[in-house]
Amino acid sequence: MRSGNIVQLGVKELRGLVRNPMMLALIIYAFTVSIYTASRAQPETLNQAALAIVDEDKSPAATRIITAFSPPYFAVPRLISQSDMMSRMDAGLDTFALNIPPNFQRDLLAQRSPAIQLNVDATRMSQAFTGSGYIQSIVSDEVSEFLSRYRSAAPLPIDLALRARFNPELNKSWFGAINNIISSVTMLSIILTGAALIREREHGTIEHLLVMPVTPFEVMASKIWSMGLVVLVAASVSLIFVVQGLLAVRIGGSVPLFLCGTALYLFATTSMGIFLATSAGTMPQFGLLLMLVLMPLQMLSGATTPRESMPELIQNIMLAAPNTHFVIMAQAILFRGAGLGVVWPQLAALLVIGGLLFVLSLRRFRQFLR
Amino acid sequence: MNNESPEPRSSVAPVIRLEGVGLHYGAIRALDRIALEIPAERMVGLIGPDGVGKSSLLSLVAGARAIQDGRVHVLGGDMADAAHRRRTCPQIAYMPQGLGKNLYPTLSVFENVDFFGRLFGHDRREREERIRQLLGNTGLAPFADRPAGKLSGGMKQKLGLCCALIHDPDLLILDEPTTGVDPLSRRQFWELIDEIRKDRPGMSVIVATAYMEEAARFDWLVAMNDGHVLATGTPAELLRQTGTDNLDAAFIALLPEEQRREHREVVIPPRARDRDDDIAIEAKHLTVRFGDFTAVDNVSFRIARGEIFGFLGSNGCGKTTTMKVLTGLLPASEGDARLLGREVDPRDMDVRHRVGYMSQAFSLYSELTVRQNLELHARLFRLASETIDDRVRDMAGRFDLTKVIDALPDALPLGVRQRLSLAVAMIHAPDILILDEPTSGVDPVARDGFWQILSDLSRQDSVTIFVSTHFMNEAERCDRISLMHAGKVMISDTPERIAARRGNGSLEEAFVAYLKDAIAATETTETAPAPQVATTATAKTHGAMHGALRFFDPRRMFAYTQREALELKRDPIRATLAILGSLILMFVMGYGINMDVEDLSFAAMDRDDTTVSRDYILQIAGSRYFTELAPITDYDDLDRRMRNGELSLAIEIPPGFGRDVARGSNVQIGAWVDGAMPSRAETVRSYVQAMHATWLAQRARQLYGNAATTGDFQLEVRFLYNPDIRSIVAMAPAVIPILLLIIPAILATLSVVREKELGSIINFYVTPVTRIEFLVGKQLPYVALAMLNFFLLTAFAVFVFRVPFTGSFVAFTSAALLYVIITTAMGLVISSFMTSQIAAIFATALLTMIPATQYSGLVDPVSSLQGAGAIIGRIYPAAHFVTITRGTFSKGLDFGDLSGPFLALLVTIPVLLSLGVAFLKKQAN
Repeated sequence: MRSGNIVQLGVKELRGLVRNPMMLALIIYAFTVSIYTASRAQPETLNQAALAIVDEDKSPAATRIITAFSPPYFAVPRLISQSDMMSRMDAGLDTFALNIPPNFQRDLLAQRSPAIQLNVDATRMSQAFTGSGYIQSIVSDEVSEFLSRYRSAAPLPIDLALRARFNPELNKSWFGAINNIISSVTMLSIILTGAALIREREHGTIEHLLVMPVTPFEVMASKIWSMGLVVLVAASVSLIFVVQGLLAVRIGGSVPLFLCGTALYLFATTSMGIFLATSAGTMPQFGLLLMLVLMPLQMLSGATTPRESMPELIQNIMLAAPNTHFVIMAQAILFRGAGLGVVWPQLAALLVIGGLLFVLSLRRFRQFLR
Repeated sequence: MNNESPEPRSSVAPVIRLEGVGLHYGAIRALDRIALEIPAERMVGLIGPDGVGKSSLLSLVAGARAIQDGRVHVLGGDMADAAHRRRTCPQIAYMPQGLGKNLYPTLSVFENVDFFGRLFGHDRREREERIRQLLGNTGLAPFADRPAGKLSGGMKQKLGLCCALIHDPDLLILDEPTTGVDPLSRRQFWELIDEIRKDRPGMSVIVATAYMEEAARFDWLVAMNDGHVLATGTPAELLRQTGTDNLDAAFIALLPEEQRREHREVVIPPRARDRDDDIAIEAKHLTVRFGDFTAVDNVSFRIARGEIFGFLGSNGCGKTTTMKVLTGLLPASEGDARLLGREVDPRDMDVRHRVGYMSQAFSLYSELTVRQNLELHARLFRLASETIDDRVRDMAGRFDLTKVIDALPDALPLGVRQRLSLAVAMIHAPDILILDEPTSGVDPVARDGFWQILSDLSRQDSVTIFVSTHFMNEAERCDRISLMHAGKVMISDTPERIAARRGNGSLEEAFVAYLKDAIAATETTETAPAPQVATTATAKTHGAMHGALRFFDPRRMFAYTQREALELKRDPIRATLAILGSLILMFVMGYGINMDVEDLSFAAMDRDDTTVSRDYILQIAGSRYFTELAPITDYDDLDRRMRNGELSLAIEIPPGFGRDVARGSNVQIGAWVDGAMPSRAETVRSYVQAMHATWLAQRARQLYGNAATTGDFQLEVRFLYNPDIRSIVAMAPAVIPILLLIIPAILATLSVVREKELGSIINFYVTPVTRIEFLVGKQLPYVALAMLNFFLLTAFAVFVFRVPFTGSFVAFTSAALLYVIITTAMGLVISSFMTSQIAAIFATALLTMIPATQYSGLVDPVSSLQGAGAIIGRIYPAAHFVTITRGTFSKGLDFGDLSGPFLALLVTIPVLLSLGVAFLKKQAN
């Protein structure tokens, strides 16, 4: 093994990339515009939730409830008739429909405990729960305040002080921004190394390399460092200028530590890219294989939905994927301000997974060249 | 071959007229104000060195490339005029440079020709008749079922010719059709052209060639150099004009003074015989098998140090395989090979330093400039860094690359690229050079210069040279040659002795004689029977004009459909991956994207530790949403455990909690939620609040009795469409649109970009296919594949995930059909901007995965999105289809209820197709 060869071949990869303006444009897009748009689009859990109200009472109490719903959590409620309610929900226009029955105020004052009906579109899981919780507490607040003018009740004076740590306002765009960087890093690193290898084979250049005093190890190592570097630079620039600068996300921990972790992660994903390329014969096959691997990795890494709620089996299988550890590490460092003392198990896991993938790919790569 | 050619017919108008034609690629000028008239009904040759603009000129004439300057008149009309191009392209046949570049390697011989027949609108009976005749005439009939990729070079060229001739063209354009083809096949190729011309005397043929002996038999020649026309006329006129006796000499005489000076006759001094014992390359009983096919059969030879050893043979006879074994690229099945006295071992870096190899196809980096390629290889061969600059300059000068030193290889003509390959192979001054057809496509002057270098290397530096070639004059320059056929060496001797023994002094005759013997001896099926002249009476109907003028001809469209489907069929891995892959993804995502937040970790810091406080904690611990971990000891512990993500929720109960509750005095419970994942935090928050409220109600009941339990009012929450609130019911139908988007889009994108990268896009440029036929034709197989996927995914959702389907299946299926038409069309639109497959994959992934998962209502409803995401969500087709899938799956809806999203999908199709048509170019730039 000669480090000179690794450097030279890596420089060749970088030069090749510079010659592909379309690819450069896509990389820039993926790490700037795409991240910015995606994190800006992410709504708070309850943002402009579509609510319709059927008011069959038309009393002051009902009006009070209606006016309590306001942006940003809810869009200004639309007053509809009972007959429209179902068709609007069918068409997906409303997520919630609140039905205030006739004689609501009268029954309330008479302490008959009238029932308000809330219809929830449960196919919109992300809003169904939290939204109905919000609606319930808004309606109760209004009702008890309305009643307090008529009679006083004595609730238990036990208060629950709920605070969200690390992201007090539960700002989803922070989370979205970091998540999108992670997914761009994964996608790009696998594509760059894998597709570059297939391209070399389709153009016959790999064969040419092998009659020269260059070992497969050197070829592979050169691709890993050069493409890893490209992604690392893109990710750092994006983190500093787009995420911290433009999106004004407060980063809790050390950015250099995060980038070290990213470098380890890239070691694993670029090795994976080479592994996939050696398994696929042609570019279309590689494209499909890529999707097959990329989507589950991203969906099950714990970035989209919490790991705890996945089936036990999937949780355990996903421990073998580098993404899982990277997501845990990224959240710990960037949001919770964790230091090396906390994230070292993730770094160690990334190193082990990366090492295994590298060895495995190197073996496949040697066979691939036969 | 056509010395008795027709008399010059002045009455016939010229078939091609060029006025002031210029062409440049970036800064490089390929053609400079060309003015030329080419007579009709003749066999016209275009001769000249590499890179003088022959191919560019032919591609302009064929209409494959957009005209930049000047006027190109072909068959009586202006080729800049799209209407004229559409009218004439059925009359023109164009065979581009490169072995089988416009063929489809996975399709069989018959299917390739059949595809071209369909493009020109022949009906089935007519096609079959024509194909039968053409394959019979060219001797390809026995191989009708063989994939084009497995044919030898000569057979590929014949197949290319069949594809070109299927529509009875009036103008046949052949760009170096015999480059890289062995002498026997070459001879058969020209015999075939003669037969065809005899049959169709009205046809004009224009050929670019590097073989002057071929050019000598043409009717009329155009000599070109450096983007200009040097001279025109019959071969006899050119000879008379220059006062020379052969065309090689005539051409050199026509060159400008300074270029002529560079040319010298190649002189190879005789080799000193004293070192014949010093063996550099040795092969003993070498055999290579691929499966049951024996590529190299018991081959032995010894090459002495400093010898030039030539390897000749028909295409596909095992020359390249033998060379690959010697370089260690392929292992030998039997026998052994030695280089410089050492067994060939791919791990032996030392030997690699002493060997230079040049493969048949250009295999250098097209993304690096000439200088960067040379430097990279110099460094890889560990030349001392201070000598690299000199060495690179030296090699560039020697191979005449100085002028193009900063150019990219793709911008250079084939011949120059071959010189670069050779310079790279020699950069480290190796002891052995293994050269696989190094001069294919290189012009005579450059070839002579090249051989002079080889001679100097051999005679002065004692470099051993092992070279394969199809040129007989090159073979004559070797010290010894071997003739190979079907994996066997037929004879090995000096060229003079071989020529004397069989060929009456001519090496070519000897070669052809040996080949014919070998073919006759082995089997008759492999032979190319002499062209049978068949009368093409049925073909006289000029079927080429069928539908050519129509903007839309279903037959042409289905030609692409059928071809794409065949290619898909021949690549079962791709189709299987597409189908199986979707199911796997559906499974993973259906289970993985789980919105039911359960088993969240929590721990408590109970500083009261009374029955009341324990009751409060137990209530949280007992729910299915939370799992209790070891209690928190102090604030540091709390901080540490929250920071490393161990706890999603921490509860602190203050001292004296039980007492305060009993007294009814104010007391506060502290709860911290991990906000790193906001959606999870929201859920945790709402759970905790609800549990707190329940607990309060319980306490109130204990304190005040049942009166307190009935609230002031009741909120009856009805969860519609998904009463059990199962995540899978919400997710599975929404995953279908994502999968039906990503996979069909990527397949459609690659189907076009692949043609661009590999070269067969040229067929679209030069045949009557319109843009819409091309796009829709290619789209259809992927629509069919996606629909198959759709049914499987739906079945999977209903039967495996048990998601109830309540709405109209007909509405759902119709929407899916519209949707997959859209998703494949999106792939086609993306493809029109992409030239490399890497960028195409990345772009498709970027433009489908992110919008589909984030802006289409999979998790967050579109109505809640903000900013640009909200706009994307409103127009992105996946969002509309998500509404339809959820509506038909869970809400029991039918066409009428879903008219909005249906309309959106219907509108999208024509928009995307017109974008695709608008961006797709019918000519190369």
